[in-house]
Amino acid sequence: MAIKRVSGRKADELRPIKAEVGIIPNADGSAMFSFGDTVAIVAVYGPRQLHPQHMQDPSTGILRVNYDLLSFSVSDRKRPGPSRRSTEISKVIEWALLPVLNIKDFPNTVIDVQIYILQADASTRVAGINAASMALAHAGIPMKNLVCAVAIGKLDKDLVVDVDKDEEDFEKGEGATDFPIAKIANSDEYTLMQLDGKIQPEIVKKALEMADKACDEIYEIQKKALKEVVEK
Amino acid sequence: MAKKINEAHEAGGDSVSEKNSEKRKIVVPGEVIISGEDFLPGDGTQRDGENIIAIRYGLAEKIGRVVKIIPLSGAFVPRRNNVILGRVIDFTHSGWLIDIDYAGSAFLPVAEIPRFINKNELDQFLAIGDMVAAKIWSVSGKSVDLALKGKGLGKLEGGLVFRISPSRVPRVIGREGSMINLIKDKTGCNITVGQNGWIWVKEKDIDSEIKARKVIEFVSDKVYIDGLTEKVEEWFEEN
Repeated sequence: MAIKRVSGRKADELRPIKAEVGIIPNADGSAMFSFGDTVAIVAVYGPRQLHPQHMQDPSTGILRVNYDLLSFSVSDRKRPGPSRRSTEISKVIEWALLPVLNIKDFPNTVIDVQIYILQADASTRVAGINAASMALAHAGIPMKNLVCAVAIGKLDKDLVVDVDKDEEDFEKGEGATDFPIAKIANSDEYTLMQLDGKIQPEIVKKALEMADKACDEIYEIQKKALKEVVEK
Repeated sequence: MAKKINEAHEAGGDSVSEKNSEKRKIVVPGEVIISGEDFLPGDGTQRDGENIIAIRYGLAEKIGRVVKIIPLSGAFVPRRNNVILGRVIDFTHSGWLIDIDYAGSAFLPVAEIPRFINKNELDQFLAIGDMVAAKIWSVSGKSVDLALKGKGLGKLEGGLVFRISPSRVPRVIGREGSMINLIKDKTGCNITVGQNGWIWVKEKDIDSEIKARKVIEFVSDKVYIDGLTEKVEEWFEEN
């Protein structure tokens, strides 16, 4: 028997998604992506000269991601500035995006990706990845495909898609599991898989199937947003 | 003089034609543009088995057998023979370093200057902060070399310099320079468009310069509309 979600959504139902491209005029590429109350904005700059110079790599360009949860994005004010958590998330997002980028053509340069979470209601890293992949495309960076991401959750024994804050704090039975997944659109290649909580190996396969289905939906929305900005 | 520069742009840049725009469609990276062995992948595309897929975001265009992508956004990537505008940021014993809005600055050797210059007095010709119109001579690794030999190239004196997105430059120039020539005729300005999106406008009175800037910004905003030339003519009637 499926669990009843606080938000009243079905197990495989995403929150309402909004996606927009070209929101920051000074950036080379920019995008906004939101899952319900989780809002991420991304600005992409580059390829541009990399400082400090010793970080330059003559064989390839470098991707530098900065994820930041803004101080007003959560109900208890977050102390501004980098933290252990934001550094870690920046790094995993970088790894999630790198496999699709062809940055070998831009030696000695850097592509800066700034991810800001304006409102946090769980699933912020996946919202960040979705927005970043749109913003990178918008910045004209050569890439193999878009990256889509979604967080699968497990509440007690039931899998749900797109976790929100109430579900993240679920405590009954086996408790809550947060399972963020990013994949390359229209392929079986996963670029991010994290796990916070407990999950049985048998269920992982089902979780991945749910993520695939959700990612297909997200991909269509990303594609639509990128195409719409042209027709405006 | 300025007309010659624009011809150089057309040779180097991808002039966007307005007439066959119905053939174009917007593609996102990873999207299949066309299937079949009959086509060849051009700029911004890649072959993936049967299909040709986009690796950049932009408008897919089919010219003969070649499929290519016209970028809609993004930073400037220098190519040989591009005419660009830049600002002098430093000089060494053998030339100047020019900021051209690209990762890694461009180098302009002293040998490019048509007259003799004492190596200790490079700033007699170009001082830090001066603007210059130049042609890209070579691009290798992280270094870009510039050339100044060519008509209309050299130091920019007076006038107005502003920037637009580099991806909008082909539309501002138009097919065989049609758009830029229209703007020149209507405003009477001398205009040089750099492929890096920097534009230099010069006329005796500042009002014409501002008008030219406004119309170029109008064109770069309305970049996706068909029949842009008519729209610009309407704009001139209104203003």
